[in-house]
Amino acid sequence: MMPDLGKYAGTVLSAYGVTLALLAALVALSLWRGARVKRALEAQERRMGRNG
Amino acid sequence: MSIWEYANPKKFMQTSAWALPWVTGLAVIALVGGLIWGFFFTPDDYKQGSTVKIIYIHVPSAMMAINAWVMMLVASLIWIIRRHHVSALAAKAAAPIGMTMTLIALFTGAIWGQPMWGTWWAWDPRLTSFLILFLFYLGYIALWEAIDDPDTAADLTSVLCLVGSVFALLSRYAVNFWNQGLHQDASLSMDAEENVADVFWYPLLICIAGFVLLFVTLVLIRTRTEIRSRRLKALEARERMA
Repeated sequence: MMPDLGKYAGTVLSAYGVTLALLAALVALSLWRGARVKRALEAQERRMGRNG
Repeated sequence: MSIWEYANPKKFMQTSAWALPWVTGLAVIALVGGLIWGFFFTPDDYKQGSTVKIIYIHVPSAMMAINAWVMMLVASLIWIIRRHHVSALAAKAAAPIGMTMTLIALFTGAIWGQPMWGTWWAWDPRLTSFLILFLFYLGYIALWEAIDDPDTAADLTSVLCLVGSVFALLSRYAVNFWNQGLHQDASLSMDAEENVADVFWYPLLICIAGFVLLFVTLVLIRTRTEIRSRRLKALEARERMA
């Protein structure tokens, strides 16, 4: 299944590795911060709803 | 219906909640499909060998590095002219995505350049203008973080975005302005003679679509987060005043 990358295997795989790692980090950070802010906002709205 | 309706945060949140699953699904299909096609099912180039497979990540990320800044420019102009908060927040949301795309373009370019040019880096017009674009992204993000008042931050970052647009344009057209340096001419061209061969072009097109859709997905997610964060700060301030 793996294509024969010949003498450039390290070059190609490291380029893909760096790209996928950076994209994964960007997606994970975006989702993590989104979930954290959403939870905090919901908690704040509940607290202010209770306190009028 | 006017496009300016989406400048209303409530309307933006409703519409983006409906659109996000579709855009995300399309982004995953295009990215996974394009990268698998390009990596596993395309031949080596007669000159560059298997390193040609880097084109499927290098070209789309470089395009998005520039296009993200163009999107930020449009959003900043809307903020400056019409004072719509959602547009300022969308520009803020896009910056880390554009910065990551620039970083990917720089890294993959260096990794690709080493075996092809014999060096990781050269002060070539396109490479240098991309490095400057990366620094502009860093400065833009730092400026947002450095200023407490959100409207002042939006004003100043919009001005920085206008100035940085010169370098975004230079990054795009550097190979046309200066016919020198190591970087070859643009890989994509309307001229069939100059464009990459069809066997590389079709999977590349799918990868470009995938990167564009990933950018849209992340901008929607991050803009929603910025809108919620702004509301959270407003509620906290109201609670403190009460």
